[in-house]
Amino acid sequence: MTSQTFKEAAKAVWSMVVGLKVTGKNFLLPQITVHYPRQVVTNLDTYRGHIELIAKDDNPFAARCILCGQCENNCPSGCITIESVTREIPAEAPKEPAPGEEAKPAPKPKKVKELTQFLLDYNLCSLCGLCVQNCPVDSLRFSRDVYLAGFSRGEFEFELLEMLQKRGKK
Amino acid sequence: MPDMNALLAGIPAELTRLVLALIGLMVFIGLNGLALVWVERKVAGHVQRRPGPFEVGPFGLIQPIVDAIKLIGKQLVTPSGSDKFLFWLAPLLSFLPIFLLFIPIPFSKNLVGLDTNLGLLLILAFAGLNVLALCLAGWGQNNKWGLLGAGRAVAQSVAYEIPLLLSVLAISFQTGSLSLTEITAKQGAWPWQWNIIVQPLAFFLYFICAVAETNRAPFDLPEAESELTAGFHTEYSGMGFGLFFLAEYANMIVVCSVATVLFLGGWQGPFEPGWWWFLIKMYVLLVVIIWFRWTYPRVRFDQLLNLNWKWLLPLSMVNLVATAFAVKLFA
Repeated sequence: MTSQTFKEAAKAVWSMVVGLKVTGKNFLLPQITVHYPRQVVTNLDTYRGHIELIAKDDNPFAARCILCGQCENNCPSGCITIESVTREIPAEAPKEPAPGEEAKPAPKPKKVKELTQFLLDYNLCSLCGLCVQNCPVDSLRFSRDVYLAGFSRGEFEFELLEMLQKRGKK
Repeated sequence: MPDMNALLAGIPAELTRLVLALIGLMVFIGLNGLALVWVERKVAGHVQRRPGPFEVGPFGLIQPIVDAIKLIGKQLVTPSGSDKFLFWLAPLLSFLPIFLLFIPIPFSKNLVGLDTNLGLLLILAFAGLNVLALCLAGWGQNNKWGLLGAGRAVAQSVAYEIPLLLSVLAISFQTGSLSLTEITAKQGAWPWQWNIIVQPLAFFLYFICAVAETNRAPFDLPEAESELTAGFHTEYSGMGFGLFFLAEYANMIVVCSVATVLFLGGWQGPFEPGWWWFLIKMYVLLVVIIWFRWTYPRVRFDQLLNLNWKWLLPLSMVNLVATAFAVKLFA
């Protein structure tokens, strides 16, 4: 038994007091949890929910998507399926050729691909974000729906275009 | 038809008092057990910056009652290969002696079950039965965790009983009595007249040993959820577990009551004396014990025994000898 031992013991006892101070202080500080059904969280800036489509600046019902298929190809989980139709826009009728000129051949009709369905099987998604990163026109982002819940797998098979249009109506 | 008055007159007054005291204590232990479960969970919650129970009843006050009903409603399972008699004897043996521990405690001037001059001895003697109960529980359930927990419980309780007794004995030397009523009476109403001023070391040692005796964190090695699932009560379900649980809280109340009587002036509070001072002091100590649980990590077994044999025991011996000298010199 040396004075060293007693010094260490006193230090140990003091550390116990410090511990009590820490928990005592936290006891008095305000709570940091949220009573869920009555309160909801607001700090969602960094929350990554399922992906959703972003509307065009001038049309809230159409997505910016140009149907390049980057997201579908890059998705490691294979949870994105893009359905589209190709519509033909008839070209303007050629002008009457001026006398002496050769008549130009009639221009071909313009082909436009149009997004009909953007299917997301959220059951498979691992939220890696490759689709969001690779989108060349920034048409995808993570939603902030923290309280998403459902009773069956079917409820997590989303049609993102439909959801976009619903949002647009609001 | 026999004369009822004559029959009633034949019952000794002391017996009536004891029966009434036991009934009162059952209510007291039951209600305080429920209250402590609530306090424990609320303190745990607030220390961790969350609300604790708050859904069932105002401030979650009904929660412990609902929990108790759930426990009562559960099936009692006896594990195969267990010693059925010992297995079911253990929870009863853990819980029933609790009433004896409360009988000599003076809650107020006349509010005492049995005012005996050996009250302190009675408490210390019957407190030891809890160890036996834990030992039988661990042995009877045919489970390795249970057996390990029981072994720890015995080693721990036997070790910590010694400095506990020695620190209590210092107060007895000083007061010259083992009667809790007399020890209370010798202290004054104001804090500077309490025994804790004269015997701070004894209080410190008593409190550490009391936490260890009641198997509370950081000395909860017999339970040790993270190592032994639930230690000595691993195999108990329903009220078998419930009785151990209630006994643990009741034991906490006992040690805090004894500390209140021995060191904090009992019911002779500042200003007006009364039972409410007793309850207030008791609950302050209880909250401190709960506070300990949510602050300190569990000690290792060698640390537990080192602390006892290398520090608490010599310190309590020194304290006792010094008290004896002081009493001889100044009294």
